[in-house]
Amino acid sequence: MPVFYGVEIASPLMLGTAQYPSPAIMAEAFHRSGAGVATVSVRREAAGGDGGAFWDMIEGLGVPVLPNTAGCHSVREAVTTAHMARELFGTDWIKLEVIGHEDTLQPDPFGLIEAARILCEDGFRVFPYMTEDGILAGRLLEAGCEVLMPWGAPIGTGRGLNNLYGLRTLRAQFPGVPMVIDAGLGMPSHAAQAMELGFDAVLLNTAVAKAGAPAAMAEGFARALEAGRLAHEADPMEPRDMAAPSTPVLGLAELE
Amino acid sequence: MNIDATILGAGVAGLSVAAELSARGARVRLIDPEGAPGPLACSWWAAGMLAPLCEGETAEEPVVRLGREAAAWWQAAGAAVTQAGTLVVALDRDRGELDRFARRTGGHETLDRAGVGALEPELPDRFASALHFASEAHMDPRAALETLQRTLAARGVRIERATPPQGQIIDCRGLAARDRLPGLRGVRGEMAILRAPGVGINRTVRLLHPRHPLYIVPRGDGIYMLGATQIESEGRGPASLRSVVELLNAAYALHPGLAEAQVLEIGADARPAFADNLPRIVRQEDRIHVNGLFRHGYLLAPALARMTADWVLEGNTSEFLQ
Repeated sequence: MPVFYGVEIASPLMLGTAQYPSPAIMAEAFHRSGAGVATVSVRREAAGGDGGAFWDMIEGLGVPVLPNTAGCHSVREAVTTAHMARELFGTDWIKLEVIGHEDTLQPDPFGLIEAARILCEDGFRVFPYMTEDGILAGRLLEAGCEVLMPWGAPIGTGRGLNNLYGLRTLRAQFPGVPMVIDAGLGMPSHAAQAMELGFDAVLLNTAVAKAGAPAAMAEGFARALEAGRLAHEADPMEPRDMAAPSTPVLGLAELE
Repeated sequence: MNIDATILGAGVAGLSVAAELSARGARVRLIDPEGAPGPLACSWWAAGMLAPLCEGETAEEPVVRLGREAAAWWQAAGAAVTQAGTLVVALDRDRGELDRFARRTGGHETLDRAGVGALEPELPDRFASALHFASEAHMDPRAALETLQRTLAARGVRIERATPPQGQIIDCRGLAARDRLPGLRGVRGEMAILRAPGVGINRTVRLLHPRHPLYIVPRGDGIYMLGATQIESEGRGPASLRSVVELLNAAYALHPGLAEAQVLEIGADARPAFADNLPRIVRQEDRIHVNGLFRHGYLLAPALARMTADWVLEGNTSEFLQ
């Protein structure tokens, strides 16, 4: 199972806590899937006061909480939000989002590096939400990040792994670094594919929360992740061009 | 005079319970330290949609089933209920949202561009298809609360600010009762009221949008209610700029004519809800609670009032009684 900053996670499924029909259904999705981490948006949920009972419910899920800086558009905003999160949740884990474009919600790589450096120096354990760019990955590791979270596709689009070549290259470039596919997954097959490529976990929210039966979908993702992990560890075959018969040949029929 | 029941809280739940009990012959007393309902009650900021089928998109089955009795109850209580249906639209880009909404709800018919135009001729010609929930209704929630107060006054029941409770105590105080109800939480909502005499929308219109879903409810005389955000927070402070911008932007996407509207009010409050977002009637030592109506105050208050009266007057249990 994945290890982030020395903490082993019970499942490669990291689930968001927003957009469910009710907190009861959210809890059911966590229980049925055995998700290993709960992410929570600090900025939005804290609007105008204290998240109170809802936060108690999230802590009651019994899994590590990964607060995020969702919706932050500047370094300063993200850093401030990370400090709020550390205080509220008593964790130095932070999923760092610095959004660069309002329509695509694409991460701003320049702001991300700067914010990551500031937060790592301040003792945070940073999980950066990033594009699949290898140079950016190197800079984030230099800044002190020990986990990377490349996107599959833009947040909430459910389009799966948009740039297979780029993700495969990134994975190969930094073999020992724990990597999470964050955002853009829509179906369990996308999650299986991420694990087959050798990623350590996936983080998703909308695909589960907005499904007609969120708990069933969460379980579907958990099973697909397990399938993908097994396949990756089993050293899968390489695709080939030439067909090869797979039925054993036990002697030839004699034709008269 | 002997009092059968004392109701605490004069929001939509308390007033509905008081009206139902008194209509069935019980002598009731209604206490609210704030007096008549106003900006301090989350009922004040409601939309007044009586739209059980649309709520079925995310709400549990009882909301759809019990919500169906709401329009008739309010009408019988004297409220001005408009039975004009709900129109659900999405921009062409978000067509998938409309398909999903259709799959998860019942009782609708699909309209084409001409069908939308026939129902709402002033809506811009940009919706190639829509869902129409013809059986749904809406009303002005503040007017409905006033109607209940008048009805109660005619039966000799006035909202008292402080008086000793007598008879069965029925606690309908919403979030104010949270110390007694573990698991009750606040879910914040933000809304706006506009005056747009140049815009003619006749029924509730819901705009499905991947980021900023919106509904607009006509209140007559060119007044429209815009709603609403839904945030997991107990905060009751003023609406944030971001919420207001998103709400007003979505309204503009629905009908560019709303750009000229005057913004009369921007409101925010927290609604009481349990973990499954379903209401409860909870028996405790000295009282029963009617609480957790979430975003379904006006939709579920009639059913909850009936169930409460069934229990208090006849000892009959019901699905939400604990």
